[in-house]
Amino acid sequence: MPLQKISQVVGRCVPIPGDDIDTDRIIPARFMKCVTFDGLGEYMFYDVRFDEARRPRPHPLNDPRFAGASILLSGNNFGCGSSREHAPQAIRRAGFGAIVAEGFAEIFFGNSTTLGMPCVSASRADIASIATIVQADPSKELTIDLRQKSLAIGGMTFPLDIRESARAALLAGEWDPIAQLLDGATDVDRVAASLPYVQAPAH
Amino acid sequence: MSANGKTLFEKVWEAHSVRRLPNGQTQLFIGTHLIHEVTSPQAFAMLRELGLGVRFPHRTFATVDHIVPTDERNEPFADPLADEMIKAIRKNCRDFGITYFDIASGHQGIIHIVGPEQGITQPGTTIACGDSHTSTHGAFGAVAFGIGTSQVRDILATQTMALSPLKVRRLNVSGRLGPGVYSKDVILHIIRTLGVNGGTGFAYEYGGDVFDGFSMEDRMTVCNMSIEGGARVGYVNPDEKTFAYLKGRPHAPKGADWDRAVARWRAVASDPGCHYDDVVEFRAEEIRPTVTWGINPGQAVFIDETIPRPDGVPAAERASVEEALAHMKLRAGQPVRGIPINVAFLGSCTNGRFNDFVEVARHLKGRKVAPGVRAIAVPGSQAVGRLLAEKGIDRVFRDAGFDWRDAGCSMCLAMNPDKLVGDELCASSSNRNFKGRQGSPTGRTILMSPLMVAAAAITGEVSDAREVFQTP
Repeated sequence: MPLQKISQVVGRCVPIPGDDIDTDRIIPARFMKCVTFDGLGEYMFYDVRFDEARRPRPHPLNDPRFAGASILLSGNNFGCGSSREHAPQAIRRAGFGAIVAEGFAEIFFGNSTTLGMPCVSASRADIASIATIVQADPSKELTIDLRQKSLAIGGMTFPLDIRESARAALLAGEWDPIAQLLDGATDVDRVAASLPYVQAPAH
Repeated sequence: MSANGKTLFEKVWEAHSVRRLPNGQTQLFIGTHLIHEVTSPQAFAMLRELGLGVRFPHRTFATVDHIVPTDERNEPFADPLADEMIKAIRKNCRDFGITYFDIASGHQGIIHIVGPEQGITQPGTTIACGDSHTSTHGAFGAVAFGIGTSQVRDILATQTMALSPLKVRRLNVSGRLGPGVYSKDVILHIIRTLGVNGGTGFAYEYGGDVFDGFSMEDRMTVCNMSIEGGARVGYVNPDEKTFAYLKGRPHAPKGADWDRAVARWRAVASDPGCHYDDVVEFRAEEIRPTVTWGINPGQAVFIDETIPRPDGVPAAERASVEEALAHMKLRAGQPVRGIPINVAFLGSCTNGRFNDFVEVARHLKGRKVAPGVRAIAVPGSQAVGRLLAEKGIDRVFRDAGFDWRDAGCSMCLAMNPDKLVGDELCASSSNRNFKGRQGSPTGRTILMSPLMVAAAAITGEVSDAREVFQTP
């Protein structure tokens, strides 16, 4: 089953300011008591969106001006902490197609790419400029162009950065590597045979 | 590749490289795969959906740790969701022929404690687990990755995953640690100095006098928290201590195989004179007992310091400091010593090992937990708990007023019934002080070494263990 080739993501943005937004904040651990990822979208950022009586707090994700946004805009080291794929799964299932941030934690970046959800970096100043445009007019759409490595909004263009291997995989529609990994079976057996600890019988 | 030799990371990467993928990543063989109940069920579901089997079932090992209650362990669990999860991992392991350390086996525990104590964790191997603290296993000179659930699926199906190589940063800690300063203080100090994202793109190779002198448990504590500094992988080169720890463990090589394995393990260590992408030096004498005051593990100070003022940090960090102070309900400029606590938690994959409890017990004997403080001690595995009980060490904790529990992740991430309530403040030997981490959205966490947790439990406030216990 061929995957979609992802060269552009176009959508409205919601700015979620702050550095070091961790995956516990993106999806609190209690919502991981599940054997599927279904339904995780509604718990995205739950504890910052709702108080303990489940009343909405003031938060960009509760702001009707940003309803329907499909691109998250955030600070540095986004997605740090736990390796839980539940975090990008929750963001994806809440309707987001890409994240623009100053930087990403390594595991989160890989998990998101494997879901076909590009994580692209921009400078702090450029993200601030984009956020200003979006705050003034949330209906303005951002175009993430992976081929041109650019971000365009409201007549302005900014450079984006993304690890080359992720960009190549997204553009080629090979962001989920399972098919390629299965194709390497012969080489896998060769490497397995060369590793004594893999060959040793279980005790 | 340097003419002067290779790092352990390079050697292990080369030995496990299967092929180059079209996007430039490497298909890397993962010799040892560890799974637990939270991040694996969806992977098994994907496998079934794709009609795939488990390619090397004898190279995946499982246990149950995150959701298990640490008090009432009879099944069905009171929490139906937790009960569904333990039943799922049990069934998945049975269906696919995977070794599973269940509660009834007596070998259950936190996966990062079970791997080493079973001798599954070995030098020169690649290890992956759907948990960011997989870096723990690097203490043995393994290259160990925390991964997401899709990669759990990839490894079940192919025993490989797609990865880009990391750069290697050598961190030397030279000299001697002072009394009352522990491995936990070393890693908190490293993270505080290099930042919570300072290690992004790097594997951390820890070494120097302090690591040479460290026990395997201490090395595990440091490697465990590599990810809190942004480094997905952390390791220590294997040495005689590594081999002595592994000898005789159930899954360690035996007889002639043992001798051959040790020879391979010696050879996998980084070569003298090898090239590192970066080198950072630390002096052990400068490290003092360290505690966090904020909402990430890099927001930390020495016990005799005060909490930073927003106007005293670089402009880019100001908002983070203000957010942390607001959540922690602490004042800028306030000394960390004397912050009242409500809960003391001893345990986790960071500090839930045998030596952690032995060291605390040595000082705790005859002391009492302060009135109003809820103190719980959670051995990291059933084997750790059993060994402590055999030596009567559990008694020291019970007599002091600690609630002595069964093995699991417990209040480190509060997926089981062990949780903070409201804005309770917890002195914790765990690894993360993120907002809401310990089960209450307004709960507060201060990370510290196990002995500092005991000092806080006794005095009811954040305290200097060196004074409370009058360490020499």
